[in-house]
Amino acid sequence: MFKYIVKRILISIIIIFGVTFITYSLFRLMPDNYVYNKFAAQSATNPNWEEQAARVEHLYGLDLNVVSGYFHWLGSALKGDFGYSFIDGAAVTQKIKDSLPVSFIMSLIVTILQIAIALPLGIKAAVNQYGPTDYITTVFTMLGISLPSFFFSGIMIKVFAVDLGWFDPSLGLQSGNFTGNGWELFWNQAWHLVLPIFVSTVLSLGGLMRYTRTNMLEVLSADYIRTARAKGVKKRNIIYKHAFKNTAIPLVTMFSGILASLFCGSMIIEQIFGIQGIGYQSYTATTQGDIPFVMAYNTFIALLTVIGIFISDILYAIVDPRVKLGN
Amino acid sequence: MEEEQNTNPQQTEVAAEGAMQTVEGTENLSDRVKVLSPARLVLKRFFRSKLSVIGLVTLLVLYLVCFIGPLFSDMTYETIDYNGAQNAQSTEITYTVEGVEYTMYDITYTESINLKAYPSAKHWLGTDENGRDVLMRVLYGGQISLTIGIVVVVLETLIGVIMGGIAGYFGKWVDQIIMRIVDIFYCIPQMPILLICSAILAANEVNGIARIYWLCLVLVFFGWAGTARLVRGQILSLREQEFMLAERSMGVPVRRKIFLHLIPNVLPLLIVQMTLGLGSVILTESTLSYLGLGVPIPYATWGNIIQALRDFTTLQYHFHIWGPPGICIMLAVLSFNFVGDGLRDAFDPKMKK
Amino acid sequence: MENQVENKNQTSASPKKPNAFVSGAKKLFTAGIPRKSLYDYEDVSPTEEELKENILIVNHLKKYFPVESNLIGRPIRYLKAVDDVSLKIPYGKTLGIVGESGCGKTTLGRTLLGLYDKTTGEVYFDGNNITNYGERQTNAIRKDMQVIFQDPYSSLSPRFTVGGIISEGVLVHKIVPRSQIKDYVVNLMERCGLQPQYYERYPYEFSGGQRQRICIARALAVKPKFVVCDEPVSALDVSIQAQILNLLRELQQEMKLAYMFISHDLSVVRHVSDSVGVMYLGSMVECGPTERIFDNPMHPYTRSLLSAVPVPDPRRKKDRIILQGTIPSPANPPSGCRFHTRCPECMEICKYKAPVYREYEEGHSCACHLYDPGYLSDPVGYKAAYSEADAVFAAFPSNVD
Repeated sequence: MFKYIVKRILISIIIIFGVTFITYSLFRLMPDNYVYNKFAAQSATNPNWEEQAARVEHLYGLDLNVVSGYFHWLGSALKGDFGYSFIDGAAVTQKIKDSLPVSFIMSLIVTILQIAIALPLGIKAAVNQYGPTDYITTVFTMLGISLPSFFFSGIMIKVFAVDLGWFDPSLGLQSGNFTGNGWELFWNQAWHLVLPIFVSTVLSLGGLMRYTRTNMLEVLSADYIRTARAKGVKKRNIIYKHAFKNTAIPLVTMFSGILASLFCGSMIIEQIFGIQGIGYQSYTATTQGDIPFVMAYNTFIALLTVIGIFISDILYAIVDPRVKLGN
Repeated sequence: MEEEQNTNPQQTEVAAEGAMQTVEGTENLSDRVKVLSPARLVLKRFFRSKLSVIGLVTLLVLYLVCFIGPLFSDMTYETIDYNGAQNAQSTEITYTVEGVEYTMYDITYTESINLKAYPSAKHWLGTDENGRDVLMRVLYGGQISLTIGIVVVVLETLIGVIMGGIAGYFGKWVDQIIMRIVDIFYCIPQMPILLICSAILAANEVNGIARIYWLCLVLVFFGWAGTARLVRGQILSLREQEFMLAERSMGVPVRRKIFLHLIPNVLPLLIVQMTLGLGSVILTESTLSYLGLGVPIPYATWGNIIQALRDFTTLQYHFHIWGPPGICIMLAVLSFNFVGDGLRDAFDPKMKK
Repeated sequence: MENQVENKNQTSASPKKPNAFVSGAKKLFTAGIPRKSLYDYEDVSPTEEELKENILIVNHLKKYFPVESNLIGRPIRYLKAVDDVSLKIPYGKTLGIVGESGCGKTTLGRTLLGLYDKTTGEVYFDGNNITNYGERQTNAIRKDMQVIFQDPYSSLSPRFTVGGIISEGVLVHKIVPRSQIKDYVVNLMERCGLQPQYYERYPYEFSGGQRQRICIARALAVKPKFVVCDEPVSALDVSIQAQILNLLRELQQEMKLAYMFISHDLSVVRHVSDSVGVMYLGSMVECGPTERIFDNPMHPYTRSLLSAVPVPDPRRKKDRIILQGTIPSPANPPSGCRFHTRCPECMEICKYKAPVYREYEEGHSCACHLYDPGYLSDPVGYKAAYSEADAVFAAFPSNVD
C-alpha cells in the first residue's frame, strides 16, 4: 500500500509538472510586448502600472528562455505568488479567493442533485432494460449530453425568466436594486441561483446515469445475481443489496472528476447567467488575455484533478477487495 | 452469437439444401451456402436498433441539406439583405459667393438593411442582426461545423492510434513514457486551455480561414490522449488473447500480425470512439465559437450564430435567429451519440438484443 | 535458492549459519532474481546420440513471472510457474504431462515453444540448440513445432474464415505454392473431419469439437514434427474427446509426429502417451514410461493422483490416498520438497531439503527422499544428519527462498 501511494504521488508530481509546463509554454506563444501593452492599457486607473508590468514580466521569466523561465515562474508559484491581474491590477490569489464561494456552493448543490437523481434513474433503467422507462431515460439523458449548455441556458431564460416571468430576467446573482441583507439577501440570491443550478444539473445527469446503467447491467447479468434470484432473495434486496454494492465500486472513479468540478465552476453557465463566480472570472480573464489569472486558474484545476484521480485510485483500492496494490 | 446462429433460418435452409445435394450428388454445395461475415452480422444488429437508425437518417439528412441546400439559393452566408427602400436625406448648405446666395443640397441615400426580420417567404428563418439570411448561415455553418468535426476526429484518431499502438506494442519504458504524456494531457483542463489557445490566436492576429485551421490543430493537439489510451488498452488485452498466441506460434511476421490481426480487432472500438468523438468535437467547437473564440465571425458556424442570444432583445424576441442552429447542434450530437451507441452494441457479441 | 545449489554435493551436511545482516542486504538488491549459476548443476549439454534420438531435449527450464516489484520497478518476488524441469521426447513418440491445475503444465509447454521468454534453461530441438534463437530464427523453425490450445473458442481469430485461419501458416512458411493452397487446405480439412464447404465459414458458426478440429488442422497444415497438445480435449464432451484423440493418433502415425500431451485427465494420458511426466507446483516430480508410472508409481504424489482415478467397477475397492490441505501458491512455495506440506510420507528432511531429481531405473526418474541412496542405506543416519541444519533453517525461514 505504502509503495503504491509513493508511486502514485511521484506520478502525480510529474503530471503537474507537465500540465503547468504546457500551459506556460502556451503563454510564451503570446506576442512579445503583450504584457507591457496590457498594463499600459490600464495606465489611467492604475498609477503604478509600469512597476507592476516589470514585476509580472520578471515573475513570468519573460526575460529568460522557455525552460528557465518556467522554473522561475514555478518557483514563485510554489510560494503562492501568481502575480497581478492585467484587468484591474488585483492580486490573482485574492481574486480567486473572492470568486470561489459562489461557484463552490453552486457546484456542490449540482453534484448532490446529480447523484441523487442519476443513481436511482440509472438503476431503474438497468432493471427495466429495453422497457419504456429505459427508453425514456436514455433519450432524455442523451438529450442532456447533446444539448449545448449555452443554447439550453438561452431557452431556459427565455421560457422561465422572460416569457413566464418566474425569475428575474436581468440575471446576475441578486436583483439590481436590491439592498436587503440577512435572510432577505439569502432568499434573493437563492432565487437567482435556481435556473443555473437546474441547467447544470440537467446537463450533467447524462454521464453519471449512463455510467450507472452500464455498470448495473453488467452486475445484473453476473452469475451471483442469478444465484441470489434462484435462492429466492426478494427482487428489492437483490437490486439494492447485492447489485448496487457492486455497482458502487466503479462509481468511486467518478470522484476524480467531482473534486475538480466542485472548485472550478462553469465558465459558460456562469457567464450566461451573469454570476460572478470563478468560471465567469476565468472566462473574462481569457477573453481579455489576463494571463496571470488564467495560469493560476489552470494550475489550480490541474492540481485538483490530479488530487482527485489520486484519491479515487486509493479509494478504489480500498473499496474493491479484488484490487491488489503494487502489481 | 452461438444461440442466435442456431435459430437462424439460413442455417436450416443450408441443412435442407445439403440433404437435397446428397440426393442429387452434385458438387459445390458451398456455392449455395450464404455465410454471414462478421461485418454483415454487425450491420444486421445495428439496423435492429431503432434509435441508431433514426440517428443515422438524421445525420444523412443534416449532411445532405447542409451541403446541397445552399446550391438552390442565390444568397450566401455573407449576403446582406438591403430591402430596397431608400431613405433620402438632404442637407441644405447655403453659402454666398460675391453677394449671390447659393443653396446646395447634399443628399445622402441610405439603404436600409432588413435586419432581424421575422421568417417570411424570402427568408425562411428570417434575418439576423446584420441582415443576413439565417437559413443560409445555418446551412453554411453546418458545412463548417460538420467538416471540422470529421477533420479533427480523423486526425485525433490517427495520432491516438500511432501513440497508443507504439505504447501497447513495445511496452516497457516506451509505454511508461507515452502513458505519462497521455496522463498529462488527460489532466489538462479542456475548456480553459482551448480558450487560452484561442486567445493566443487572437493576440497573434491569426484571422480568417487560417484561424479555422489552427482551431482544428488545437482541438486535435488536446484531444488525442483518450484514443491513445483506448488503443493501448485494447492492444494489451489482445496480446493476452489466445488466438494472438496462436499467431505467434505459427511464426507469423510482425507486420502481418499488426495489419491482419491487431488492427481489425481494434477497429470496432475505434469506430465507436470516433462516432462519439464527432459529437463532442462539434459541441466543443460550437462552445468556442459561441464564446467568440472559435471560428471568426464573417464565417458562420452553428456556435457563432447562437452568439446572437447574448443580445437581450434577440434572446427575448428572435428565437428564429438562435433557435435553429441550437437545434441543429443538438440533433447532430444526439444522432452521433445514438449511432455510436448502436455501433457499440452491434460490435459487442455479448449483447443479446 | 541456496539449498538448490547445494543439491549438487549431497555430502555437505550442515549448511553455514547465514549472517542475518549480510543476507538482508543481499536480499534488498538480489532477492528472488534467478542467477545463472543456478542451472549449471552438472554437465547439461546432451550427447550426440541423445540429440539424434530425441526431437526435443529440455534442460533445467525455468519460467519465473515477476509478481512484485520494488520502487524502481525491479522485480523482487517471482511466481515460479516452471521451476527446473528437464525432459526428453524421442522422435514420433508422445510424452504425457499430468498434474493438478495451476501446476505449470501449460506454462511449460508454452515456454519450451518460445511463446513465453524463458528465465533460464536450455532447449534442444531437432538436433539444434534453440535456446538463444532470436525472433527471426524462431519464426523460421515455428513450422516444425506447433501447438494446439486448450480453448478452441478463444484460440481462433473471430474475423477470419476457417480457410483463412488454416492457410495462414501455409502461406507464411510457403509450404505449398500459392496456387495450390486451397486444394492443400481442403484436403487437410477432410483428413481432420471437416467438410470442404466450411472453408468460407467463420469460427462462430461451429461447435467446440469442430473448432478443435480446425485448431488441429491449423497446427498440422505447416507439416510440423512436434506438436504440443495443451489439454486439447478438456473443453469437449466425452463422446467427442474420443474422436479427437483417435484423430490425433491417426495423424501421428501418418505424419510421424511427436506429441507433448498436456492433460489433467489421467485416463486420457494413459491412452495416448508413450511416457508420462508428473508435475507438481512447477517441477517435475516423476517421469517414466507409461506402464511403469501407472503400474509402479514411485513418488507419493503420483500414487495419490492414481488412486484418485475412478474405477468403473463397484466391487473393486481401492485404498484412496486423499491428500490433505490445498495446493500451495506457486508464488510462495514451501521450502524443501514442494510436496512436503501434503505428503502422506513426509519426513523431517523433506521440510528443508529439496530432493534431487534423478533417474532410478531405465527412463524412470523421480524426485523424492524416499528413494535417495543415502536414505535407503542408512535411514536413521540420513535423518539425523540434517537435524542440526533443520534448527538453523527453522530460525531463518526466509533465507530458504
